[in-house]
Amino acid sequence: MKILIVDDFSTMRRIIKNLLRDLGFTNTHEADDGVTALPMLRSGDFAFLVTDWNMPGMTGINLLKEVRADPKLVALPVLMVTAEAKRDQIIEAAQAGVNGYVVKPFTAQVLKEKIDKIFERVGG
Amino acid sequence: METPISQHNGEAFVAELKQCANLLVSKLQNDDFEDASALIHSLVEVRDRHIFNSVGQLTRALHDAIVNFNVDASVHGKADMVPSQIRDASDRLQYVISMTQEAAEKTMDRVEASAPIAMSLGQEAAILRKEWEKLRRREISKTEFSGLYDRMSDFLEQMNVGAEQLNGHLQAIILEQGFQDLTGQVLKKVIGLVTNVEKELVNLMRIAGQVEEVTGLDVRAEAKEVQVVNRTDAEGPQIHAAKRDDVVQGQDDVDDLLSSLGF
Repeated sequence: MKILIVDDFSTMRRIIKNLLRDLGFTNTHEADDGVTALPMLRSGDFAFLVTDWNMPGMTGINLLKEVRADPKLVALPVLMVTAEAKRDQIIEAAQAGVNGYVVKPFTAQVLKEKIDKIFERVGG
Repeated sequence: METPISQHNGEAFVAELKQCANLLVSKLQNDDFEDASALIHSLVEVRDRHIFNSVGQLTRALHDAIVNFNVDASVHGKADMVPSQIRDASDRLQYVISMTQEAAEKTMDRVEASAPIAMSLGQEAAILRKEWEKLRRREISKTEFSGLYDRMSDFLEQMNVGAEQLNGHLQAIILEQGFQDLTGQVLKKVIGLVTNVEKELVNLMRIAGQVEEVTGLDVRAEAKEVQVVNRTDAEGPQIHAAKRDDVVQGQDDVDDLLSSLGF
């Protein structure tokens, strides 16, 4: 399964990449903000998007809205992994159609749970 | 920096005002308009002088504040390119970012180098253990035993080398944590600067407030523009999450909130 990891900090991308590899997902690609991520999503056959919120260029929430507005990407599962922790933000992400929301700092266990839950729901 | 408009100056001004006012009243009561007009003139003069003094002191304080922000200038050499302390603080913070990034990268490099070593030692140990069990149950042929014999010898060597490598990586990871100390020191410096800048600004505000009082200007009314904060603008990590009720306290809160929304 092809996964796109979007975060402006390369270390965070690497951490997520490592955690995903431990969970058995080895086909991961990276982008450093929404502006670079969007064309990759549109041209590639990504099955899952993991994105940060706070990024220069295009933020994760705007990327999520773009994804949901694109008929080809509308059903793409999106997990938000972010330090943004305000209730209003979580509600906005939920309303924009996010499939999961993980606040940083997070554990491998939490990430696994959320990913499992997303695929359980998407699969079933 | 201590150059506020002196208390003495202000008191002298008020005393002079009162004196003039009393004199003015008595002159007017005696229909002595010429002297009264001269008095009003001198009153205005006193007020102007006081304003000039105040503005002078404000200018001086402003100058001092700017000089104080620049104390590091000599360290950077060139006089024509005077970096302010603020500029220096940005550099320091930039350093914190690159230092933490480097430490994270190096730590992950070491972990990524260690993982395959541990995994291959574990796999080999699992195979050998099975063989060893067979040996203990005396279910092993002579050729198998000879193979096990060699394999065990190889494994012990691998184990020896692998343990050394793992140890090296672990030591390197420990060493890499030194970034906490170094970045901590830099951050403390920046905190010190921010506190200083705040002090200077408060002082300037105080003096400016005195000038406003004397001149009768009141900018407070127009200065208070309502700051519009978008409630979902990105803020980065919350450092006072426990003190804010518009912020979740952790993943459990996120999950509760989402499930209340039907997730």
